[in-house]
Amino acid sequence: METSIIVTGFVALYLFMLAAFAGWVIIGGVPAILHTPLMSGSNFVHGIVVVGGMFALLNAGNGIERTFGFVAVLLGAGNAAGGFAVTHRMLAMFQTSAHPPKRAGAKSKAHRAQPAKAAAKSG
Amino acid sequence: MLPVLPSLAIGLADLAAAFLFLYGLKRMSSPVTAPSGISVAGLGMLVAVLASFLYVFGVNPAAHAHLPLNLSLAAIALTVGGGGAWWSGRRVAMTAMPQMVALYNGLGGGAAGAIGAVELYGRETKGGTQLLVTLLGALIGAVSLSGSLIAWAKLQGVLPKPLRFKGQHILNAAVVLVTLAGGAYLVLGPHAHFAPLLAEPALITWFFGAALICGILLTLPIGGADMPVVISIYNACTGLAVGLEGFVLQNPALMIAGMVVGAAGLLLTMLMAKAMNRSVGHVLFTNFGATPKGKHGAIKGTLRPTAAGDAGIFMRYAASVIIVPGYGLAVAQGQGKLYDFVKLLQAAGVGVKFAVHPVAGRMPGQMDVLLAEAGVPYDLIFQLEDINDEFKTTDVALVIGANDVVNPSARTDKSSPIFGMPILNADQAKHVYVVKRGEGKGYAGIVNPLFYAPNCNMVYGDAQAVMVEMIEAVRGLGTAAAAA
Repeated sequence: METSIIVTGFVALYLFMLAAFAGWVIIGGVPAILHTPLMSGSNFVHGIVVVGGMFALLNAGNGIERTFGFVAVLLGAGNAAGGFAVTHRMLAMFQTSAHPPKRAGAKSKAHRAQPAKAAAKSG
Repeated sequence: MLPVLPSLAIGLADLAAAFLFLYGLKRMSSPVTAPSGISVAGLGMLVAVLASFLYVFGVNPAAHAHLPLNLSLAAIALTVGGGGAWWSGRRVAMTAMPQMVALYNGLGGGAAGAIGAVELYGRETKGGTQLLVTLLGALIGAVSLSGSLIAWAKLQGVLPKPLRFKGQHILNAAVVLVTLAGGAYLVLGPHAHFAPLLAEPALITWFFGAALICGILLTLPIGGADMPVVISIYNACTGLAVGLEGFVLQNPALMIAGMVVGAAGLLLTMLMAKAMNRSVGHVLFTNFGATPKGKHGAIKGTLRPTAAGDAGIFMRYAASVIIVPGYGLAVAQGQGKLYDFVKLLQAAGVGVKFAVHPVAGRMPGQMDVLLAEAGVPYDLIFQLEDINDEFKTTDVALVIGANDVVNPSARTDKSSPIFGMPILNADQAKHVYVVKRGEGKGYAGIVNPLFYAPNCNMVYGDAQAVMVEMIEAVRGLGTAAAAA
């Protein structure tokens, strides 16, 4: 079974084009109220770079590669974990007056969500 | 080469991650579904990172002997990097959010740059396209790293705000050109058989150094009000760099996630720049507020200070109040008290709305987050275009810790640096109360004629203390008055 992935030349360009278009359309309708969480959320998404860092570090054959691979994983993990933490905190605060019980406890709500986030941390 | 099974697992995990990112971002673009959106995207990240450990089944021969070392280094890096950022992200104050986002973004850029470095230093010759893309990704990533760090330092107050000197544009252009020339030499050198100026590793080091300096130099002259746009640009840049390095590593999940963020970041940047009536080019290459005009001395009228309690009671008997919150409110941590005051007014039958300028706070939308933190439901919060016509028919506009976003010179004074910026028409309300720490200027350092207008009263003091006084004054009216 063929499982290796080869993306070159025009295929790569098509992929980039479609992804860029998707990003543009997805963000297009966003209300200004969500600009900060969304910037932070998209900031979290490019934390996926940590996976590239893992590939580079695990395949490192000499000191230079290992050093930079280590830096890539370190920084990428920081990007992903930090981005998730702040975005999740911000978004947990948004409520409407249609749900008054939730409104009273903005802070306690964030605490209740903690176990789920602790699980995500282990990655 | 990876064996079939791990390769299949990684492929599926990355595919799932790419889908979850897109779906999560889609959910994040509405306040109702947003909290679940970030969880969906987070799940995608978790799946992808766990799957990345499967790379151990197919490491290249040179790395085989070092696998235990590499694996433990990976575990350390994930724990330290992830744990540290998680710890800081959980603790950072909401007011410090912009610099935190800038910092995390810089980390991502640095990671992309480091991957580029691994490819460049350790590479056996690859095709020209591969090399070009690696260099481009490394360049953008490095610029994003150093630029974001400067943005962080500025917002954190570590660096003096804008740093400008003569010939700055020329120096910047020169450094950019040198960097690009270095990159071009790395790509073309082997083909054209140029005499090597430097050994290749040294050249690569110089290339990275120049790229980092580029980021620093480009960000240093940009000041104050433009910083959110800069962070957004670097966010898009990091996305692009990640996408490009994803191509080099032949990892479609990185390519898609990176490019989605690149495009989304670009759109966000343009939306923000539009809200500030600034073009992105302007933000990057001209000096905001660099030329203060003498005209501002000629403001008519005087400042009319008033007591907080009186202002509070006045609002209690008004029919409608629009509150314009600004960053000063957040600095004083007055949002909670403000909402307590709003609840008192609402209980007394006063119609209260919040008007939030797109760039209120240090980052577009930050004010909305800060109000949400205080428990203000978002259906009380209105954006500029939805509420601006209502000021005319409103009894009181209460401006708290905001300045430039209600400055009428943006409409009238062509010499003003903020001329043309859309503002909230607080000056058109029948009465205006401005809560302000002192008589100083705003973040952008521009005089505000609204404060001198005949329908405006100033309430001086720390926003939180002022809110407490207002609450006490209204409560002091007693239940008899409240029933009236």
